[in-house]
Amino acid sequence: MNLRRDVFQAIADPTRRTILLLVASQTMTAGAIASNFDTARPTVSKHLQILTECALLEQTQTGREIYYHINAKNMKEVADFIEPFRQMWDDRFNKLETIMKKYTSKK
Amino acid sequence: MERKTKINAEDGKQELTITREFDLPLELLFKAYVEPGIVEQWMGTKVLKLENKKHGGYQFETTDPKGNKHGFNGVIHEFTPNEKITRTFEMENTPFGVQLEFLTFESLTDDTSKLTMHVVYRSAATRDQILQLPFAQGINMAHNRLEEIVNKLN
Repeated sequence: MNLRRDVFQAIADPTRRTILLLVASQTMTAGAIASNFDTARPTVSKHLQILTECALLEQTQTGREIYYHINAKNMKEVADFIEPFRQMWDDRFNKLETIMKKYTSKK
Repeated sequence: MERKTKINAEDGKQELTITREFDLPLELLFKAYVEPGIVEQWMGTKVLKLENKKHGGYQFETTDPKGNKHGFNGVIHEFTPNEKITRTFEMENTPFGVQLEFLTFESLTDDTSKLTMHVVYRSAATRDQILQLPFAQGINMAHNRLEEIVNKLN
C-alpha cells in the first residue's frame, strides 16, 4: 500500500517542479520527460513516481506507452491555478486602461 | 485593490469567460483593440497585421526574454465597432490549436465600460492546459529567482 506523500514536499524539489511545468503544456511519456534532464533516467522515474503517488500527475496507458499529465484537481490544492491566468489578464487590462487614459488627456 | 478582472471557468467545460470593467468610455476601450500601435503597447506584442473587418485577419509576434519569437494569429468573423468582435485565436507552434473568441463591448456610464470575452476551446482538457500556462511559467520563474538568490549566497 502506498502512503500518500505530502504534496508540498513533492513540489519543493526543483526537478519535480520542472516536470510539472513540462507536462502542464502537454501530456508526455517518461522518456520524453527524461530527455529534458541530464540526470539518469531512474532518477527521473523516481521523481515521476513521487508526483504520481501524491496525485499531482496522472498516468494514461496508450498501447505500450504510459503518458503523464497533470491532475488539475489536485494541483488546485497546492495553488489556485486560475489566479496567475487572471493576473496575466488583469495586468494587460490595467496597462490598456493606463494607456487609454493618457490617450484622452493628449487630445 | 479590488479585483477588476474576473474569470469564470466551470469545471469540465471547454469554455471560459473573462470580464473586466474599465474606467474608460466605450469608444476608448474599443479603440484599444483596433489601433495597432495601441494593441502593441498593452499586449506587449508586435502587430504584423490587423485587419478590422469581416474576413480580415491578424498576426502578432512576441519576443520572449530569451529572444525567441512566438507567433499568434487569427481570423475576424464579426466586427461591429463599439459592440463586438468575433475572432479565432491561435498560438503558433503549440499543441493547443485554435480557439474561438466572442468579445462584447458595453457602455456602463459615460466614463465606464465593460468587456466580456467568451472563449471556447476545442476541449475541456485544452482549456485547462491553457489556464495552467501562466501558473506553470510562474513556478518556473519562482524557481529561477530562487536559484539566483542561492547562487548569490554561495
